[in-house]
Order: sequence, then structure tokens, then C-alpha cells
Amino acid sequence: MPSWPWRITWVYLTLMLFLPLSGMLLKAFRVAPSQFWEIATSAEAVATYRISFGLSLVASLLNGVFGLVIAWALIRCRFPGQRLLDSLIDLPFALPTAVAGLALTAVYSEEGWLGRPIMDLFGLKVAFTSLGVAVAMVFISLPFVVRTVEPVLRSLEKEQEEASWCLGASQRQTFFRVILPQLAPAILSGVAQGYSRAVGEYGSVVMISSNVPFRDLITPTLIVQKLEEYDFQAATVIGAVMLLFSLVSLLVINRLQVWGQRYQGAEAA
Amino acid sequence: MAFVTPRLEDIPATKSAKPIFQKGVSHLAPTLIVLVACLYVGVVILLPALAVVTQAFAKGIAPFLENFQSDDLMSALRLTLLAAAIAVPANCIFGLAAATAIARRQFRGKALLLSVIDLPFSISPVVVGLMLVLLYSPNHGLFAGLVNSLGWKIIFSTPGIVMATIIVTFPFMAREVIPLLEEEGWEQEEAARTLGASDWQVFWMVTLPSVRWAALYGLILTTARALGEFGAVSVVSGNIGGQTQTLPLFVEDAYKQYHTELAFGAATVLGGVAIVSLLLKILVERLLEQEKAATRIDQEG
Repeated sequence: MPSWPWRITWVYLTLMLFLPLSGMLLKAFRVAPSQFWEIATSAEAVATYRISFGLSLVASLLNGVFGLVIAWALIRCRFPGQRLLDSLIDLPFALPTAVAGLALTAVYSEEGWLGRPIMDLFGLKVAFTSLGVAVAMVFISLPFVVRTVEPVLRSLEKEQEEASWCLGASQRQTFFRVILPQLAPAILSGVAQGYSRAVGEYGSVVMISSNVPFRDLITPTLIVQKLEEYDFQAATVIGAVMLLFSLVSLLVINRLQVWGQRYQGAEAA
Repeated sequence: MAFVTPRLEDIPATKSAKPIFQKGVSHLAPTLIVLVACLYVGVVILLPALAVVTQAFAKGIAPFLENFQSDDLMSALRLTLLAAAIAVPANCIFGLAAATAIARRQFRGKALLLSVIDLPFSISPVVVGLMLVLLYSPNHGLFAGLVNSLGWKIIFSTPGIVMATIIVTFPFMAREVIPLLEEEGWEQEEAARTLGASDWQVFWMVTLPSVRWAALYGLILTTARALGEFGAVSVVSGNIGGQTQTLPLFVEDAYKQYHTELAFGAATVLGGVAIVSLLLKILVERLLEQEKAATRIDQEG
């Protein structure tokens, strides 16, 4: 019995998602396989994969560690400014990426509040280098781990830790043997989401990067450049590679969440 | 469901919780954790946000306001508002329709459909824009013939910008409302139906009120993202100043052209939207909290 909401849903999804998706796949399949492979694995493209996928991994792993620390502070500790910290975590979700890019460039450029001390202390240039790209990726993928770990951490029962202490475990043992294994699916899921988001990110990275091929050019920017050169074929092929990555990462994230639910009971989804 | 989005939280449970670290246990660890957390968020998020505001008002309020006499900025602002004015209501209708259609039904492929609705979160915005170009571009698109014969202009024009905005923002509403509907169950709707209510009446008088806070929050998120979308829009817009440039594109363009003050002025407007959306989230959470407290008293008294 197709009801109105059901019809609206399908028409809307078809127009806005299935049609563009299949259009792109069709265009990608029209490229001869050998040519597809050649473009997808050209030196230029591979260099951008290395930067996009590599730096995103660094950024999301860093956020895995610090996201856990932040979630712990938000759930298990009480301190002044906690509400502010909690709100700030959502800022990367809410702030337009172009503004984020502008903000990061302003702070991490050589005259910026943090760019200058980093230059003076370590002799490192942040903005307009791959380091800056990594900073932008850290910024936009920060909320994911915090927000996936929070509900699981909140639902952990205090009794487990007390039992562990009673049985003679130290705080460190309790953390690594009792708490961390239960948080692991949530942390991994958050890292995977942050990774996926960082790989696809364009707005903030394009502003803080110098966009020089082989140095700090990311894959999405390469697609835009190909389109600007009217090289639609190359744009399609590289776009298809990114699309494939998105589909795979969505699958992985879903698997991780199923794993987490089995571990936690349905509550912590 | 895959990607986390900002969620309304049930605050009382956490607020009333006693600190876990008690006497006898070292207080050094929690202090250190809080310090590290604050430092990290400060360096990564707070400082950059403050930098935009300080730069925008570096020369005082008057020069900041002068920015708004720029024709390009105002036209970018108008286009952004127009795109959001079309995309947000359309996405609200879709989101609510999808939520009512999907949430309470069990069918094969439900999980898959929910993942599909999530796709725009995991696809790079640039790829979303590329998809639209490959479909509607008058030279290379699959529908080039159709688009040209009808004389439509989609790519490098407002319809393309609106479509890109819609695609990037459509999951938010459904994502906020579906979990709530799944939790609440059918009883109230069934009661309304038994009492003779029509589908519309059930939706307006029972379903929508029961999810109003989540829907409101979905609306806030959709609007914030629609006003700020950059990647997808930049691919389809052609970025012509004064014509097809939205406010986020204007920020980047002005910065590249060394119109630093204009860039920071426009960025402050967009940043303001983001702050307002965060404040609204807190407000909605408070209202939700009060409402829950009120129902608890009702039930107990």
C-alpha cells in the first residue's frame, strides 16, 4: 500500500540521489577499462590519494586519541566551562567549511596567533603546506569520535569498574582491560566516520592548502581542477574512485556499528 | 544508521550524575584529562573561531559594516538565502515524509534504505557537484539534449546551486526524526485513527507534535548546512561574482583576491549563523528538559 509519504520519499530519492549517482556510474563505465585504470593510477592522481588518504588517517587517528580524552572529560569530570566545551565540539559540524578554512588559515599562517610561534619554535610552516591540510582535517573530523564515544561511556556501569578494583586491578588495568574494550567499537566507528569525512573534505582544505600538485593537492581539489580544464573524463574517473571509497567506508562504518551494538546491547546506538 | 550528527541530548541523566572520581583516588588524572581536552579544543577549534571575529572587527564596527555596501557580497547573500529558502522547506517535507514512511515499518532492506539516505554524508561534496555536472551540463551531461531543447540553464545557474544544496542537506531532517519515531511506537496514532482521524489529522495533530523538538532541531541543522555549503555548490555554480556566487564562495574568492576585510566580514555573517544554530540547540535542549520534567510531575502527581 504505497502511501503518500512513501511516494514522496522515493520520488525525492530518485531525483536527488539515484539519478545523479547512476548518471555518474554510467559516465564512468563509458570510459574504456584500460583508460580508466591509466587515469585512476596516473602519477598525479596517486600523489593526491597519498595526501588525501594518508593525512586523513593521521588526522582521524589523532582525533581517536584526543576524542576519547574529550569524551571522558565531558562525561566523567565536572569542571567550569564544561557546557562551553561541549558546544564547541559541535562547531565543526555547524561552521561552514569556507569559514573554517579562513579561520584556520588566519591562525596558522606565518603571521597568525599559532603560526608564528610554531615557526619560531620549530621552524615549521603550517598554512599552505601539507601540515596545514592535516590541521584542517583534524578540525573537521574532531566531533565524530567524541560524539560516538559519549553515549557508550555514559551507559557504562560503574559496578564493573568497582568489581575490577575489588578484584585488585589497578586503575590502569581497569582502564585497559575493562573500559577500553567496551569503548573500542565506538572509537573505531568514530575514527572511520572522521576519516571518511576528512577524505571528502574540500572547503576548508582548499583554503589552507597551496594546492600544488605532488605537495599538498588533495583528491577533491584535483577533481575540481580537472573540471576547470574541461577534462570531464579525468574528473569522472577520479570522482568514481572517491565514490567507491565512500561506499566502502559507509559499509565499514555500518559493520562497526553492528559490532558495537552486539557488544553494548541495542541501547548505545 | 551510519554517520553521527549533532543530537539533542537528554541532559538530566548526566547533570545529576555524581563525579566518578572519589576520595582516595588520585585527582591528578581527571585534572590532566580536562586540561588536555580543553587545550586541544582550544587550539583546534576555539582560537580559529576567535581569529575570524577579531580580524573582522580589527578596525572597529564602522569598517565592518561598510563591507555590506559591497554589491557582490549582498548579491551573494541574496543567492545564499534564496537557495536555502527553496532547499530547506523541500528537505523538511522529504525528511518528515521519509521518517513517517520508514520509521515504523519493518521491511526487507530497511537498513539499506537508511544507509542510502545517509549517503550524502559520506560522499565528498565535490563528487556531489560533479554528479550534477555530468547529468545536466549543456555540453557533456547525460541530459544535455533534454536540457538544451527545453532551454533550461541548470549548471552555472541557480537551479544547479539549489539542487546541490538539497542533496548535501537532505539527510539531516530524516536522521533526527526517525530514531524518535522508532522509539515512540504506534499506540497514539492508532488511538487517533480509531477515533476517526484522517491521515492528515493524525500527522498534524499526533505524529508531528510528538517529534516537534527533533524536527525543529533537524530544521536548524538543515538551515545551517544549507547556508554554509561550499564544495558541491562551488562545482556547479561557476562562481561568477555578483551572479552565481553564494556567500561561502564569496568568502573564498574575496580571500584569494586579497580583499581580506570583505572575506572576514562575510565569514563573520556565516559564523554568526553557526553560533546561532548552536545556541538554538542548547535552547531546544532546555525546552525538552523542562517538558520532560513537567510530564514527570504530571505522572507522579
